[in-house]
Amino acid sequence: MKYKILMITLYYKVLFMSRQNQLETLQEISDIKRIMERSSRFISLSGLSGIAAGLCALAGACFANNILNNYYLEYNHGGGYTDKNFESLKIKLLVLAGIVLAAALILSFIFTWRRAKQNHLPVWDLTARKLMWNILIPLIAGGLFILAMLQYSEWRFVAPACLIFYGLALVNGSKYTLTDIRYLGYMEIVLGLVNTQFTGYGLYFWAVGFGILHIIYGVLMWWKYERQAVKGQ
Amino acid sequence: MKNPINGLNKVFDNRIRLGVMSVLMVNEEVSFNDLKQMLEVTDGNLATHLVNLEDNGYIKVHKGFIGRKTNTTYAVTKSGEKAFSDHIAALENMIKGVK
Repeated sequence: MKYKILMITLYYKVLFMSRQNQLETLQEISDIKRIMERSSRFISLSGLSGIAAGLCALAGACFANNILNNYYLEYNHGGGYTDKNFESLKIKLLVLAGIVLAAALILSFIFTWRRAKQNHLPVWDLTARKLMWNILIPLIAGGLFILAMLQYSEWRFVAPACLIFYGLALVNGSKYTLTDIRYLGYMEIVLGLVNTQFTGYGLYFWAVGFGILHIIYGVLMWWKYERQAVKGQ
Repeated sequence: MKNPINGLNKVFDNRIRLGVMSVLMVNEEVSFNDLKQMLEVTDGNLATHLVNLEDNGYIKVHKGFIGRKTNTTYAVTKSGEKAFSDHIAALENMIKGVK
């Protein structure tokens, strides 16, 4: 009887120890995975950043629409095309585009910064630099290309070029952040290509691509990755 | 029964060395400061473990300059890659073996 009890205790001791070992090993493997993930991808990108950028874009598109309407009103009443009006239209739209871009960047940065702080992760680390660099290459190339088009008053492909280059930038950057952003990139590219066949509707395509798609993407990402964190608080 | 400890690499017993290898496996080249930031360790501590890994031939060091500041970067070697994969395989076997 005594012998049996001893055997049972020993048996459980062995079981317990190997269980302990197993947990430690699992912990080790999950640590390795976590470090690999964290050192190769920028994971603090917040869905709220997408929503904020989308709202900026929609507001910007509304303003642009007003500016264009005013321009055409003057065009029809003032007896047609004048260089002066067209120049002022170009400048107004460029300034507006600059403001929208700045507002969208600042707001998205704030939300992403907040998320990084909440998770106690650095905002500006190796992964952030890699992400930034890989997004900036197609974006800067696209920006210069669009400025060159405007230089020759070629306005019809401005919106498609914005969408296509932005989409390419996202696809390129998706290797260094949440992979879901790749699908947003694909949609922007397709939208831009479709837009080349409907050049008169550039502003609408632009509003859908930069406004609506960003908001949808932002909501989905927030739902997928951040909802839990808010509940947990 | 095969001893599950077989195949585990002594060098990777240490969490920092394991961390360095994990980072270098997924990044081509990483600087000292980036490693420090990612693993949240002190200069001296990290340096010691890097020397250990280098002596074992698992990582290679490249000393460069950015302006006048030294910029030392680290990359994994072929044998380091193999040693690390073997270590992971051994860990995975341990989990399977106990079940």
